Amino acid sequence: MRRVAIIGVGCSKFGELWDMGFRDIVISAGIEALEDAGLEGREIEAVYAGNMSAGRYIGQEHIASLIADYSGLAELHVPCVRVEAGDASGGVALRQAYMAVASGMHDVVIAAGAEKVTDVPNAMEILSSSADVEWEVFNGANLPALYAMIARMHMKRFGTKEEDLAMVSVKNHKNATLNPKAMFRREISLETALNSPYVAEPLKLFDCAPICDGASVVILASEEVARRYTDTPIYIKACTQASDYMALHSRRDVTTMDAVVFASREAYRIAKIEPKDVDFAEVHDSFTIAEIIAYEDLGFAKKGEGAKLIREGVTALDGDLPVNTSGGLKAFGHAVGATGIRQAVEIALQLRGDAGKRQVDGEIGLSLNIGGTGATAVVTIFSR
Amino acid sequence: MLPKFWRKIRSRYNLIGSHCENCGSYFYPPRNICPKCRRKGKVREVQFSGYGKVLSWSVVHDGVENFWLSKPYIVALIELDEGAKIVAPLDCNPDEVREGMRVKAVFRKFGEDGEDGIIYYGTKFVPV
Ligand SMILES: [Zn+2]
Repeated sequence: MRRVAIIGVGCSKFGELWDMGFRDIVISAGIEALEDAGLEGREIEAVYAGNMSAGRYIGQEHIASLIADYSGLAELHVPCVRVEAGDASGGVALRQAYMAVASGMHDVVIAAGAEKVTDVPNAMEILSSSADVEWEVFNGANLPALYAMIARMHMKRFGTKEEDLAMVSVKNHKNATLNPKAMFRREISLETALNSPYVAEPLKLFDCAPICDGASVVILASEEVARRYTDTPIYIKACTQASDYMALHSRRDVTTMDAVVFASREAYRIAKIEPKDVDFAEVHDSFTIAEIIAYEDLGFAKKGEGAKLIREGVTALDGDLPVNTSGGLKAFGHAVGATGIRQAVEIALQLRGDAGKRQVDGEIGLSLNIGGTGATAVVTIFSR
Repeated sequence: MLPKFWRKIRSRYNLIGSHCENCGSYFYPPRNICPKCRRKGKVREVQFSGYGKVLSWSVVHDGVENFWLSKPYIVALIELDEGAKIVAPLDCNPDEVREGMRVKAVFRKFGEDGEDGIIYYGTKFVPV
């Protein structure tokens, strides 16, 4: 296997992009990535596109070729693959692209993620189909309700408080004020988060990431090719994926995402690092409790002690292990299939020193992208 | 929703799941392959007693848009006495729900869908 590097990144604005269609959003991210990498376009050998549900969100399937077409690649006839794994679609697309280069099959590929959700009124219902529709959602357990049951059990078993969850939201909103492309660029107070209405008790409005429009693109190249295009290649040291039971009620332990534990252990082994070597991370805070559980399942904290990291400021922008420097899904926005790629964009910017006012120090960054309540997890470790 | 609902109607109505005679595990909903034993598993259909306890729950204010759940509703993660777990609506006052609370399955009318008045039934849980 060859070393693989990110040579260019691009990201659209995330949010309710009323004046932009799916193609516009994709192109804005794609052009930025090509310019960032200094590519003409002809160098691209394949496209891997993460997208959860274009069929239901915009009534359009076959979107990988559509993305390549509107990125100006139609006459190059490159193979285009759409990847779907709920809201881990982006992470899985990144891994497919990574494997294509690492294996020697391709030298330069695009890993994209895109979702246009605001053309329909039932965005959460569609996202909830990343849980078990027949045996969870039909019985009333959509994604917020499932994460609410996870949260209540974590609180009961380990003493995690609603304040701890609110602090995750406050932190991520604060980070997003420093990110020009974030959906929500305003600080919120702890009181605002705590006084927001319940969506699914104990989770409140400010515990839930907004489902939004957005697209992200990273361009991957083999180490040798990467050197031709950039002085600041960002290497993917490991990119692992794991699965688990589809339904929460079938899992071994509701407060642990075994897929995250498995994927991260494997990633640490391949990258030859330990959790303590990670300098900063982007994790899947679709709900605030998911960020606290991620601290534990990624090995940053012992099981049950995740809330300590948020209470003690460890994961704040100026802490020892900044998490979600971008603003996370909560404040940057959760563009479903785009999120896994969007996380990679943030980590690459940070490692290159291009993260502007939210710049943190570090040699090693980690991203965690989750599908549904944890039936898919993708962990990626990046370094300079 | 119609065919999807009716296909699974036996296990929705009767709380039928699976039992693996090789390892002793119970599953709900029913599955054909035991995830512990795989090829070595001996999976048989089983009728659950319908009794269990609440492990976790949520009072859902902004939930599933669905013809038979009016908000707010309670959804609970329940461990059946046989060991399988299930997520199902819980019919009681939100203030009375406790972790470990004993509950039993009841066969309930879920509601009527549209003007045709097709009546759906299913399993909810109530405190014992
Ligand atoms: Zn078995």
